Amino acid sequence: MDLYEHQARELFDRHGVLVPEAEVVDTARAAREAAGRLGADRHGVVVKAQVKTGGRGKAGGVKKAADAAAAEITARQILGMDIKGHTVHSVMLASPVNVEKEYYVSYVLDRAAGGFIAIASAEGGMEIEEVAAARPEAVARVPVDPARGVTPEVADRIVSEAGLPEDVAPVLRKLWTVLESEDALLVEVNPLVRTGDGSIVALDGKVTLDDNARFRQARWGESAEVPSGGEGGRLEAEAASKGLNYVKLEGEVGVIGNGAGLVMSTLDVVAGCGARPADFLDIGGGASAQVMADGLSLVLSDPDVKSLLVNVFGGITACDAVAEGITQALDQVRLTKPLVVRLDGNNAVRGREILEENPHPLLEQRTTMDGAAQRAAELATAAAAAA
Amino acid sequence: MAIFLSKASKVIVQGMTGAEGMKHTRRMLAAGTDIVGGVNPRKAGQDVEVDGRSVPVFGSVAEAREATGADVSVLFVPPAFSRAAVHEAVDAGIPLAVVITEGIPVHDAVAFRAYAQERGTRIIGPNCPGLISPGQSNAGIIPADIAPEPGRIGLVSKSGTLTYQLMYELREIGFSSCVGIGGDPVIGTTHIDCLEAFEADPETDLIVMIGEIGGDAEERAAAFIKENVTKPVIGYVAGFTAPEGKTMGHAGAIVSGSSGTAQAKKEALEAAGVRVGETPTGTARLVLDRLS
Repeated sequence: MDLYEHQARELFDRHGVLVPEAEVVDTARAAREAAGRLGADRHGVVVKAQVKTGGRGKAGGVKKAADAAAAEITARQILGMDIKGHTVHSVMLASPVNVEKEYYVSYVLDRAAGGFIAIASAEGGMEIEEVAAARPEAVARVPVDPARGVTPEVADRIVSEAGLPEDVAPVLRKLWTVLESEDALLVEVNPLVRTGDGSIVALDGKVTLDDNARFRQARWGESAEVPSGGEGGRLEAEAASKGLNYVKLEGEVGVIGNGAGLVMSTLDVVAGCGARPADFLDIGGGASAQVMADGLSLVLSDPDVKSLLVNVFGGITACDAVAEGITQALDQVRLTKPLVVRLDGNNAVRGREILEENPHPLLEQRTTMDGAAQRAAELATAAAAAA
Repeated sequence: MAIFLSKASKVIVQGMTGAEGMKHTRRMLAAGTDIVGGVNPRKAGQDVEVDGRSVPVFGSVAEAREATGADVSVLFVPPAFSRAAVHEAVDAGIPLAVVITEGIPVHDAVAFRAYAQERGTRIIGPNCPGLISPGQSNAGIIPADIAPEPGRIGLVSKSGTLTYQLMYELREIGFSSCVGIGGDPVIGTTHIDCLEAFEADPETDLIVMIGEIGGDAEERAAAFIKENVTKPVIGYVAGFTAPEGKTMGHAGAIVSGSSGTAQAKKEALEAAGVRVGETPTGTARLVLDRLS
């Protein structure tokens, strides 16, 4: 789960990393009041769009305002703005910081090494990929031993390899605490700045939390990823409420399968047959009839879907349970679009029988994945042509 | 011979007395696995009846290993307790720990991976279906009856259901071993570890490698194949049409040095001389062509 800048700022603050004074608001009116509290009439204020994407500055999502009245006008411009497909629903007002020098520091998962590494550079503020490409020697990478964490020695090594001043080392240790105690997969501060009075302040930050750690992070509460807007958002929110692993896509063949790998593969095979998948829906291993029924109802309710493809290879999932789920769903919701089912593997013979015993004019079975995808693609194309 | 797991493997199950643990212990026994015990401190000293066979329950992995000489542990332990359970297996000197559990926090996986590596335990998983050497032993949840006869193909895959699909397509030929390494970002045994083992295994003639989007494990495997693998390798990559995943911020991109797309992985594999199938069925066909 990616956090907004203001949420990252809160985590930094909680672990003793200095951050600018700031407030988050979702209306221009509230922006004016917050700016007043932050002393904008004396020293101005920075208005920053809260979106989970980079390049906010270039898109006009980060602006200085001279006083509280100006902050209201600026907030009005930024709220509702579209930045790379993300609508701005809130802005953070932050007290300006007198920046003397900008650095880059992050802890990130190095999948190849199976652990976290520190990445640091004395050249902060710009895109770190650009620094790494232009001057690789300016970017230090130091692996962190998970059993020991960022000890004073490790912090010293990071600052010395990156050419950072020594007083960044204690901040690096606090940021490691953020990563470890908050179960983060990424903690990135860009820029980390030295101010005119010599403090080290995290001016902007990015944090990704590990969804798998939710069970032990009570503070996260129930707040999940905010789904995108529109019809896709509605479907994704509904899927989330039913515990389904669902992603809305652009096409017209609704895809349901078991196991992320097989579903991804099914999307590819559908695309190979000349149609476009409308979604990714993984009912998971050992799926019950109810999960299948929920999944089918959800995909049927997507107006973009012209045909449905259920592709299940029963490993742990029993195909008879999948077939029961399909017949159950067809009792609960009216099937209005053609459905192609391919069941194979564990109890497939019984599963196919169950579907034959409960025939439906819009339901067809195929025994191979490629054959089923081909048929679903044809049906979607035919339905689209007829419409 | 097969890799990592053979007829001689003595297997214990951590979390055997739970619902999933029992279900799969039964299946593993039916597949011929020599299950010598289970571990549950609250049920230590009891015997569990599984389809007419009596399996002893021990209070700890160390006790189980001491009493039975177990050298493989399969873990069906909930995410919150997985880290401690893996440490226990490592401390007991178990050479191979197969972590089936899904949803383990990445920090825990990082910690137990490092702990195991320093002490010489191989971890498979987490979030994996385990491994099977057909006709010999099954450690995990791969349904043995998909491809019950042993053969000479070695298979390594991130994805459980794609493993099953390919096993099914190639069941007539049969497998030496199939290893589901798991789809989590941090795993104990990689594609490369399996490629190396299959290359050295005299009972494997051809290797099937299944990958999917994310990270750069397939690209690194391709580089490894080019330098070190003489046996034919057939590949498959899932996720050409999958939407871009969550970005890990700027720092992620410079770590992997790759976009992580299916196309990039396919190209890397092909550049290393690996033939890559368009679909699972197409991939199976490439295997059949190569073997005929």
